[in-house]
Amino acid sequence: MTETPLTGRARADRAPHTLSEWQAAGGYEAVARALKLPPSEVLDRVDQANLNGRGGAGFPAAKKWKFMPEPGKSPGDGPSYLVVNGDEMEPGAFKDRFLLEALPHQLVEGAIITAYATHASVAYVLIRDEYRTAIANVKRAILEAEAAGLLGRDILGSGFSLTMKVKPSAGRYIVGEETALIESLEGKRAVPRKRPPFPAQSGLFGRPTTVNNVETISLVPHILEHGPQWFRALSRTEEGGTKLYAVSGRVHKPGLIEAPMGTTARELIERSGGVSGNGVLRCFQPGGGASGFLEAAELDIPLDFGNCAKAGSMFGTGTMIVLDQTACPIGVLARHQRFYARESCGWCTPCRDGLPWVARILDALEEGTARPGDLEILRMTAREAGPRGRTFCDLMGGAMSPLATALARFGDLFEAHLDGGCPIRRGIL
Amino acid sequence: MTPQTSHLPEPLRDAILGAMDSFGGARPAMLESLRLIQHEEGWVSDDRLAQAAALLGVSAAELENLATFYSMIFRRPVGDTVILLCDGASCWLNGGDAVRDRLMERLGIGFGQTTADGKYTLINCACLGGCDKAPAAALGRDRRLVGPLDAAGVDALLEGRE
Ligand SMILES: Cc1cc2nc3c(=O)[nH]c(=O)nc-3n(C[C@H](O)[C@H](O)[C@H](O)COP(=O)(O)O)c2cc1C
Ligand code: SF4
Ligand code: FES
Repeated sequence: MTETPLTGRARADRAPHTLSEWQAAGGYEAVARALKLPPSEVLDRVDQANLNGRGGAGFPAAKKWKFMPEPGKSPGDGPSYLVVNGDEMEPGAFKDRFLLEALPHQLVEGAIITAYATHASVAYVLIRDEYRTAIANVKRAILEAEAAGLLGRDILGSGFSLTMKVKPSAGRYIVGEETALIESLEGKRAVPRKRPPFPAQSGLFGRPTTVNNVETISLVPHILEHGPQWFRALSRTEEGGTKLYAVSGRVHKPGLIEAPMGTTARELIERSGGVSGNGVLRCFQPGGGASGFLEAAELDIPLDFGNCAKAGSMFGTGTMIVLDQTACPIGVLARHQRFYARESCGWCTPCRDGLPWVARILDALEEGTARPGDLEILRMTAREAGPRGRTFCDLMGGAMSPLATALARFGDLFEAHLDGGCPIRRGIL
Repeated sequence: MTPQTSHLPEPLRDAILGAMDSFGGARPAMLESLRLIQHEEGWVSDDRLAQAAALLGVSAAELENLATFYSMIFRRPVGDTVILLCDGASCWLNGGDAVRDRLMERLGIGFGQTTADGKYTLINCACLGGCDKAPAAALGRDRRLVGPLDAAGVDALLEGRE
């Protein structure tokens, strides 16, 4: 059994498999196996596997699925839905692109099994507009599976039916937030909804809905194929499975690495050819733009949701951004904040007005036009609007965590920027 | 650019009706309708928006409401080739500013603008999901990912010698 179940079957040139090629490699056996079990048993196995969602929050997949009502047990008429979140736009993230482009049948398999376990009869895969190859490849895989009776009515004679569709998006990071995504699928602006009710109670078109990330769904077939114990044993920590890590920024060979959950940043950076620039690490973000900064002292923590949170950061998408000593974390932060400011849906004032303010101050720090009082504004914003702050969704809170950790860890560097702009760029630090 | 007609071309009409069928009615097919128009014609004109709204049975204002929210729906004509240049952190860490400067210098335009000859439109976007190819850009109708870019790479790209 492979140590890289998620990416092990991918081709070097990322070309997707045809259905027959995929089946020849053992594809859809997990589906056949799952459909012979009662849905509750499928759910139990995923529960025992300790699969945490890979979309950012790390919520246990099976725990979310348990909220989905059994057929006939939800008021009103209509199907229950599965929504696969392929909106990937987090700065530093490029993992779902690979899974969608190179392994579309793996995703279809995962969606069938997940829909079965959650009593859903319609599955949507929302994919961001820029991932045109991914959109085409997943559409093709769905058509092939339909033609072979692996989607549609009475799949493999099990009595279970599933319709699966790709819905391309059209820009805006906020579409990836699960309730905004549901609004978007309904044909509205992608503005997050109030929770509760949670999507499992009232989601797409008011019906019970599960939203999971592409990577989460792509892992599901392997749990059914090899069992929950095997899946847990893939990991070095309590959180099950392998993780499709990504490493970018100042490393010699940026790329994707499937490795046991709990792999350290040191190993991932080594496997990425080591730190580039001047070769000495300054800091890193373990899980995309919205994760707090960590430093050399944290190179050996096992990277998973629990351990990153304990270290004062966030595992997020598990996609690292690396900075060497000649890279300025305030410059990185400025790019992140401009992005989050641009992508705010505009619903809440601290986010709509606060983020552009933060971004402008960071730009001023870089240019050398910031004033001493500006740092206090940054501290105040990070404090007041941090995670679980005063906004409707986590976009603002997420944006604040790299800001808060940067202020705490690189206070001197912020001060130094007050005196004529970025000291690293000017070569004096 | 495809010539504008006073009514939706037949294939576009069929595609929009197909989207209504597939996505559960007119409303959930609204964004896809805009995408379909744009895919054929590069952008969404006022006329096309009104025609699609009429076909869907929604008001033009409702369709406009989506068109103005979703950043990849273009409501102005764009160049033959749209260049989405990543301005995310991983691209910046690998020399993204030099790529941006070279592109702007060669094309003589800033972000959100189209060259006078109608060949190129330059748009900033993050993250492109190509941080392993940073600095990265996505080009043309299939949003082909290119990178890692540098100033010379920009020249090669614009001169068609990749
Ligand atoms: C602003 C914002 C953007 C998000 N973007 C994505 C995304 O692109 N893809 C994704 O899977 N989850 C994204 N999420 C997380 C989703 O809300 C949701 O938690 C996730 O899709 C659930 O899947 P999982 O349980 O499998 O992780 C985003 C969250 C926020 C607050
Ligand atoms: S926090 Fe920002 S993105 Fe989230 S709902 Fe409020 S304004 Fe919109
Ligand atoms: S930061 Fe540019 S592609 Fe990710």
